[in-house]
Amino acid sequence: MTAMTATAVKATPDAAQPPFRRWSVLPGFGPALGFTLAYLSLIVLIPLAALFLKAAQMDWASIWGVLANPRVFAAFRLTFLASAIAAAINCIFGLVIAWLLVRYRFWGRRIVDALVDLPFALPTAVAGVSLSALMAKNGWVGSFFAPLGIDIAYAPPGIVVALIFVGLPFVVRTVQPVLQDFEPELEEAAATLGADRWVTFIRITLPALAPAMLTGFALAFARAIGEYGSVIFIAGNRPGLTEIVPLLIVIKLEEFDYRGAAVIAVASLLISFALLIMINILQRRLGRHHDRG
Amino acid sequence: MDRRDRPALRDPRWARGAIFVGGIGFLVLFVVLPLATVAVEAFAKGFELYLHALNDPDTISAIQMTLTVAAIAVPLNCIFGVAAAWAFGKFEFRGKTILLSLIDLPFSVSPVIAGMVFLLVFGLQGWFGGWLREHHIKIVFALPGLVLATIFVTLPFVARELIPLMQEQGTEEEEAARMLGAGGFRIFWSITLPNIKWALLYGVLLCNARAMGEFGAVSVVSGHIRGLTNTLPLQVDILYNEYNMVAAFATASLLAGLALITLAAKSFLEWRYADQLALTRR
Repeated sequence: MTAMTATAVKATPDAAQPPFRRWSVLPGFGPALGFTLAYLSLIVLIPLAALFLKAAQMDWASIWGVLANPRVFAAFRLTFLASAIAAAINCIFGLVIAWLLVRYRFWGRRIVDALVDLPFALPTAVAGVSLSALMAKNGWVGSFFAPLGIDIAYAPPGIVVALIFVGLPFVVRTVQPVLQDFEPELEEAAATLGADRWVTFIRITLPALAPAMLTGFALAFARAIGEYGSVIFIAGNRPGLTEIVPLLIVIKLEEFDYRGAAVIAVASLLISFALLIMINILQRRLGRHHDRG
Repeated sequence: MDRRDRPALRDPRWARGAIFVGGIGFLVLFVVLPLATVAVEAFAKGFELYLHALNDPDTISAIQMTLTVAAIAVPLNCIFGVAAAWAFGKFEFRGKTILLSLIDLPFSVSPVIAGMVFLLVFGLQGWFGGWLREHHIKIVFALPGLVLATIFVTLPFVARELIPLMQEQGTEEEEAARMLGAGGFRIFWSITLPNIKWALLYGVLLCNARAMGEFGAVSVVSGHIRGLTNTLPLQVDILYNEYNMVAAFATASLLAGLALITLAAKSFLEWRYADQLALTRR
């Protein structure tokens, strides 16, 4: 996820403001950029504009009417709460796994490293059916919790489980490169000054990793808000109780209530975009920090 | 650098144990066990029933549908990725930063919304719905809709691998070829393509895995017509909802196998051709 902003650094023009582009002997700029923009517009920008126009056709009262519905409100609350819990759990264990992969040498490290990316590669529907089989009352994991009276599958904890799965790689992959580049001399200096390992971690290492953890948290959170495939199998999908926002959109579409669906979609998109802008600002700060250091 | 030579970096024994158990345990719970579940459930009634479940006409047509959609969507996104990387990687122009973030946009849109926007444009109530109906052209609830939704969600994969790499590689080699008289396509085939081929393959792998596995976006535009517009992930959904567990997990096992092959190939590329992938992958 960090790749794009890293590439953007070069784009700043020289002090003397050039015209539209800096002169180059290489051919093909026009066709390449033209094709890129046309393709992007046709596939992404114009269809997304259709969504916003659909929602904009409604007046404020009817938009409020859609969003103020208790079922819609419950879905938004559940989606954001479950996403935040899942991202927070991923934040802690993402750090643990990144630490394991960077700092320790053990047999099978490469396999563990590869497995971290499985949630990116495994189709969400497959994750959904296998997680719900695993967490059901008679499943391998669910059967440990059933006697305690805790339901995981077909209850809110199941939603969190699915969202942990889809968000698992984000924190690991944002923290890992930062930890890799982290100067060990800083920790050694702390040790020579008499700090023990824990104090060094809290005062030196964790502050250096915190921005990356925050970025990973935001990425996992944003991904979780839109997640559909893995959740609907394990959630139980009871209205007002275990119904997530993307499912609500699908239900509205199936009822041919395209306007209602558009309003809910735009609301959840705007929140996601606000998050993305926050990530960008964070990453820019991170980049500046790196340049100075 | 070997951390064992740096005693100050050595965590106490209890911490090492906790990190090891915590990290591996978390991965086993959330990654290994779900994979194992797919295998165990798929073969729960024996190998013969597994094969029998896959030998269903609807499942076979779902396999064909998935392959067809990927065969159209992946090459198109591949061409898009190369064109975008040529424009963004080899030239400096104003507005580049904003355009770059637009390429990443599909990653921050819910798959459900990615499918839904095509309903709003091409569906019966949509912008072109009436016109399409008059001319008997089906886009949503048919193959074109599935392809469009898949292209939407997989659009950034190739571009985001190639753009940082081509920026990093600079333009000197291409400029030298230009000075020696090579034309645009000659420069691309003889200079640029050999430099980016492993990164291109890397992007295609990820793009293909997502294209074949996409569920939410495709689910919205497919209409779930059995044997006609069902892809493999949608077939898993249908079988699962019919409580046909062996067939659902047998179908899921095909997709899980694809995911494992993708991961293995990806790790191999990261290990063998690390210097020819973008910096973020090393």
